[in-house]
Amino acid sequence: MYYITKVEKVIKEGEGLTTIRFRSPFAAYPGQFVMLWLPGVDSIPMSLSYLGDLKGVTSKSIGDATRKIEGLKVGDIIGIDGPLGNHFKIRGKKILVVAGGSGIASVITLIEYAKSLGKEVHVIFGAKTKREVIFEERIKNNSDGCIITTDDGSYGKKGTTIEALPEILGKGFDEIITCGPEVMMKKLFEISLQNNILFQASIERVMKCGHGICDSCSFGGFLVCKDGPIFTEMDLINNEEFGKSRLDRSGKRVFLK
Amino acid sequence: MISLKAKVGGIEFRNPFLLASGILDETYYSMKRVWDNEAGAIVTKSISINPSEGYLGPNIYVGRGYVLNAMGLPNPGINFFEIELEKLKKDKIQIIGSIFGSTVEDFVYLAKKMAKYCDAVELNLSCPHVKGVGSEIGSDPDMVYEIVKGIKKEVNIPVWAKLTPNIDNIVKLGMAAQEGGADAVVAINTVRAMHIDIKMKKPTLFNKIGGLSGPAIKPVGIASVYLLKKNLNIPVVGVGGIETIEDVLEYIMAGASAVQIGSAIVNKGVGIFHLLSEELYIYLKENGYDEISSLIGIAQD
Repeated sequence: MYYITKVEKVIKEGEGLTTIRFRSPFAAYPGQFVMLWLPGVDSIPMSLSYLGDLKGVTSKSIGDATRKIEGLKVGDIIGIDGPLGNHFKIRGKKILVVAGGSGIASVITLIEYAKSLGKEVHVIFGAKTKREVIFEERIKNNSDGCIITTDDGSYGKKGTTIEALPEILGKGFDEIITCGPEVMMKKLFEISLQNNILFQASIERVMKCGHGICDSCSFGGFLVCKDGPIFTEMDLINNEEFGKSRLDRSGKRVFLK
Repeated sequence: MISLKAKVGGIEFRNPFLLASGILDETYYSMKRVWDNEAGAIVTKSISINPSEGYLGPNIYVGRGYVLNAMGLPNPGINFFEIELEKLKKDKIQIIGSIFGSTVEDFVYLAKKMAKYCDAVELNLSCPHVKGVGSEIGSDPDMVYEIVKGIKKEVNIPVWAKLTPNIDNIVKLGMAAQEGGADAVVAINTVRAMHIDIKMKKPTLFNKIGGLSGPAIKPVGIASVYLLKKNLNIPVVGVGGIETIEDVLEYIMAGASAVQIGSAIVNKGVGIFHLLSEELYIYLKENGYDEISSLIGIAQD
């Protein structure tokens, strides 16, 4: 069921990164997503990057639907089906959040929530370039430490999130929470296993129905839309597809680089 | 000794609750999950020769008492799907391969491929929302006859024809399938339908027209199964809106030898197969039946 609502705000967060804010009648938890209906274009899954009264999603322009989001104006009509999926469950006391690229949109509300619960929260956020570093103030205001990396060195530390990890891993985290490129998340998972740290990742797959029937978002025996998008170490440890393969729009399995 | 086993033609299933085509059946992992949750067998997503991405979204609308979908028959094509089928066969999972095409030759080619891994092929002659395939060819009794006959001539595998209810008389299609040599008919596929979002002032589905499933179509399915059973000599597999054991029994009494479950998974999850098996066992025990065979078509005449 789509809830039809208006775009209340459009915020250009960075290069090709756009947030739209809208009113909706539901409550949602960090990590949940909605299917966003752009009439005549598509209906796509988007993590909520703002909870509360005026919700929001933040999209990176990579295809027709996301370019449409970039072009939305205040007052435009959109449809929202949600909130869908499960959500992050904070189990640790000292939490490391690692975000890669637009993956920050899925974990930013988790960072705020964890901090509001009095947890110690550290963040590593990696982007390609300075123009893709977003939500910096929200991160810094809600964390006990934040390392920003860029691939080209145009802002923060030059390099990747994984390269920045050793300098703070010694702090003794009891949970790692991540969203970003899956190959990065897979490396982090291996590190969390070696160090006996709890782990949660927000997983992305092609998603069509959003209601657990079409099998587009199949993820090694799980459905990202119903069983996910948040998966813990228990779900991932024997998952043959995590960090390895996903389905394209036709259902053909393609391998991650 | 109570047995939940079901028979369709020569094939025996551990219970009569098969997974309907199109639901959680694109990947080995999901099909194994449904099988592990005690489905009687798995009917695969409908597979074509070439890959197809299907339609853009919205692909689905979940209404009150129904589900509306226009996925657009997305599938990876038979060559890639064989990778999934191989794994299923290795695990001894009972599979009915659903196929679709636009010519007799397409169907024969696909049936040959499926025959290596499957207990039977189910012909999708009935998807109501994709051009040139499905119900567009499956509404023509001559075409149904030619396709079934074409496959039976070349492939030694049971053929099930899945029929469309979007026609004046489904029995005509059933007769055509039977004359062509079909081993069973499956009724019904989704009913052609639309939802309009009154705030958006537009059809909700990207494709505008979709297929209706869920409890709303059960009476259409029951009438179709009843009439097919009455007029044909081959077994009928019932599908359309089954959620409870009462729905199952209604289909069996109308004449279904087995049933398929699809949209109910939206609300009830894959646990529905186990639940229905337990409930069927209790029904048989309490009513003094050893198996479902004596109930099949009991409401006829």
